[in-house]
Amino acid sequence: MAKRRADVGTLYRGSPGQWSWLAHRVTGVAIILFLFVHVVDTAVVGWGPEAYERVSSVYHNWFVLLLELGLVAAVLFHALNGLKIMVFDFWPSTVRHMRPISAATTLVFVLAMVPIVWIMGGSVLEKLGWL
Amino acid sequence: MATPTMERATPLAEPAPRISRERPAGGFELWSWLFMRLSGIVLLFLAVGHVLIMHVMDEGIDRVDFGFVAARWASPFWRTWDWAMLTLALVHGINGLRVIAQDYVRRPGARFAVNASFAILGFVLFVLGTVVVFTFDPSRWGAA
Repeated sequence: MAKRRADVGTLYRGSPGQWSWLAHRVTGVAIILFLFVHVVDTAVVGWGPEAYERVSSVYHNWFVLLLELGLVAAVLFHALNGLKIMVFDFWPSTVRHMRPISAATTLVFVLAMVPIVWIMGGSVLEKLGWL
Repeated sequence: MATPTMERATPLAEPAPRISRERPAGGFELWSWLFMRLSGIVLLFLAVGHVLIMHVMDEGIDRVDFGFVAARWASPFWRTWDWAMLTLALVHGINGLRVIAQDYVRRPGARFAVNASFAILGFVLFVLGTVVVFTFDPSRWGAA
């Protein structure tokens, strides 16, 4: 499709649906890439405690804990945004209220992340010896 | 056809502006569309529950060691949970990658190679995970 003049310099004109579409993809790819690794590291449990301890010790590193916080955020966002997609798909008339529904989804995500960041961020700081 | 209620600054390229989202007309893509939503609902409980239990509550990942896994998998409930999550998450995720590859990998040969690689990887991980979830026996190492 040819670009119209009004489109130049804008990213899809910034509707909330465009941003959540992008975030849904990015979080989805991040989660499946982690899952590929996570299936293998969990499967090591079948090779006994020594092997499992050696592999799972990676998860006690502060930086990996920070990535883990990102993973929890990604799963939560993907789940809530997926729920929003289903509302729009199964009850198409709700698309008219896309803006408030998107805002509500974001609000629920942010509110849920507050205690999670508090808890997981705390253990990152503990690992760093700052707490 | 309903008329759009919102004024638009620029005319839409489509002759008839659509109000609702697109859904595949039929065939495999419709099943894929339906599967993503149904598995999504189940994963909403399995994966979000898993992440909250294993990574957030009670010290999170710090308390997870061999003994923790052994105690957890003593219950068929958690083995079933983990296996169902493994299966659904792999199919959901790899189908998601396939949908993304449709947008970014344009050459049919390359797209087939990408999709086949992820499908094979997913199948290998499914077999590995399934064998471990159902054959894991901590008594071999004298643990509870």
